[in-house]
Amino acid sequence: MKQIFALWMARNREYYRDKGSLFWSFVATPFIVIVLALAFSSKGQEIFRAGQLVAPPTPGVVQTTTFNVFSNESTIQVIDYSNLKDAIRRVQFHQLDILVTTEEPARYWVNPESAKGLLLEKLLLLEAQKSPEADDKNYHWQREEIKGQKIRYIDWVIPGILAMNMMFSGLWGIGYVIVRYRKNGVLKRLQATPLTAWQFLISQALSRLSIMLTVTTLVFVTCNLFIDFMMVGSYLLLLLIAVVGNLAIISMSLLMAARTASEELANGLLNLISFPMLLLSELWFSLDDAPQWLQDFSLLLPLTHLVKAARNVMLEGAHLNDVAPQLIILTLMTVLFVTLAGFLFRWHND
Amino acid sequence: MTAILEVRNLTKSFRSLKAVDGISFSIPQGSCFGLLGPNGAGKTTTIEMIEGIKKPTSGDILYKGKPRDREFSKQTGIQFQSTALMDYLKTREVLELFAQLYPYSQPISHLIELCQLEDFLDTYATRLSGGQRQRLLLAVALVNDPEILFLDEPTTGLDPQARRNFWSLIHEIKQRGKTVLLTTHYMEEAELLCDQLIIMDKGKIIADGSPEVLLHQHFNHSYVCIDRQDFYGNDGNPSNGDIIKCISSPIEIREDCIAIATTAVEKTLSELVALNVNLRSLRVRSPSLDDLFLKLTGHHIRE
Repeated sequence: MKQIFALWMARNREYYRDKGSLFWSFVATPFIVIVLALAFSSKGQEIFRAGQLVAPPTPGVVQTTTFNVFSNESTIQVIDYSNLKDAIRRVQFHQLDILVTTEEPARYWVNPESAKGLLLEKLLLLEAQKSPEADDKNYHWQREEIKGQKIRYIDWVIPGILAMNMMFSGLWGIGYVIVRYRKNGVLKRLQATPLTAWQFLISQALSRLSIMLTVTTLVFVTCNLFIDFMMVGSYLLLLLIAVVGNLAIISMSLLMAARTASEELANGLLNLISFPMLLLSELWFSLDDAPQWLQDFSLLLPLTHLVKAARNVMLEGAHLNDVAPQLIILTLMTVLFVTLAGFLFRWHND
Repeated sequence: MTAILEVRNLTKSFRSLKAVDGISFSIPQGSCFGLLGPNGAGKTTTIEMIEGIKKPTSGDILYKGKPRDREFSKQTGIQFQSTALMDYLKTREVLELFAQLYPYSQPISHLIELCQLEDFLDTYATRLSGGQRQRLLLAVALVNDPEILFLDEPTTGLDPQARRNFWSLIHEIKQRGKTVLLTTHYMEEAELLCDQLIIMDKGKIIADGSPEVLLHQHFNHSYVCIDRQDFYGNDGNPSNGDIIKCISSPIEIREDCIAIATTAVEKTLSELVALNVNLRSLRVRSPSLDDLFLKLTGHHIRE
């Protein structure tokens, strides 16, 4: 135990005394966040979006749209939805300003925190009074309120940015460093002591984990001061996701570094691992419209699950049950990678 | 004296190359044992197999009469030929780190005093000078108060003063009854420090014994050396064979000088005087391990 602690401390010192890596962790990441926030903050939707709920198309039945309150207005885009739950969520997150259904009873959903929604509500009710059915005492629109903060791009992307930082720091801070240790003889020196390979690997993983949790927390808190992210769920659960996800990334890196003895090769391998994750783990954009095989492939990447779980907690207030699949997958990945890394590990290559 | 370490028929092959070719020797407890030889002789491979860093292709290594077990790494101290330490660790922190890696360690203040580390305790280990660095690495090797200390070319690359300083450290460690296994290609170092040594060349042992006995066995003469141009005249023309014929002792023509292997120094000197040779660069010296190596292999140890 004291061996692990001593190496943990040594590795931490190496980290925080290295001005370059400190700069990257504490300055570069918040910088990206703030630039993105500024870049996307002014870009609101220029038109109003109204959703109308329609029955799923059934063969043989001709779909008739009786609802035409908004269709005359060119500044209002009317979108059909057949899934009520999905449509309601869009209202909740301000992606849709209002949702209406003409099926009995006539109802509409509006988000009281959305100014555009409230405006469309007024328009809807005004138009309704003019309609022929307005005199019918039984006819009235039923109001449903859906509360929810608007999801800005920055809210959506922040788990991705933090995860990206975790990924780079985890991959290079573990893999590249171990390969460097192997190349310059640090590992050889350690091998000559009673230290075991497992003790060494655990100390490296723990050091990186504690560094990353500290850095990510500080970056999160600092950026939150300026931008005020949307955070609906539990902070404790978010922390758990960060720990589990981080371990998966670290163990992936341990596996990569188990035998690699050249820094150039390590760099190449790390790029090979990190680029698919950077592009396909939904850090920056959603893969909803991507081909199915690409979506399937992205499930092989630990970062996909990490980001998904974090996003669900932050944006939708998901509970432990909701993110359990992601946590389990990440844990299984960690176990697999660490086991392989432990067995493949060599102090040095002869 | 009992052997603390015994090596039997140790071999290491890298593909077609036999780096170490069936060598055997034993190291008496409390002695300083030298592995002497040129670069590429197999010294480092041998010492690293004993340390447990490299796996032998075949052969046995016995520590205190038994195969090495987990205790071995706790009772040994190692200074590698080239070791990088972690970045951004200060001298004191390096010592504290390694002390924590062993179940038992000697007080760090002892090591600081013994290896004279006071002046750079708060300097990053990566910024030390060559001599300081070697002293720190020696302290690291001693951190667990080992019974046997492995030093792989500890003074290579040091300036003469730092080298002498390091030698006196080794002397002090020997005084404390430690066994030391040392590789070097400096014959002077081996003669000064080693009680016993083996001379290796191309993976094989070509001589073994104490430096005195070895020299005594192979040489009963002294060397009278004169620079080549003094011997041949200003044109340095070696065709002047007449002079060589007039000297009764065997003559070795070396790169830098003419060495006359004589059992009667006075007679050789008077022959040289009679031949009117310029004696400006004359040196008389006893044979060294380098001479022995040259005699055994036909080439110099440092080439």
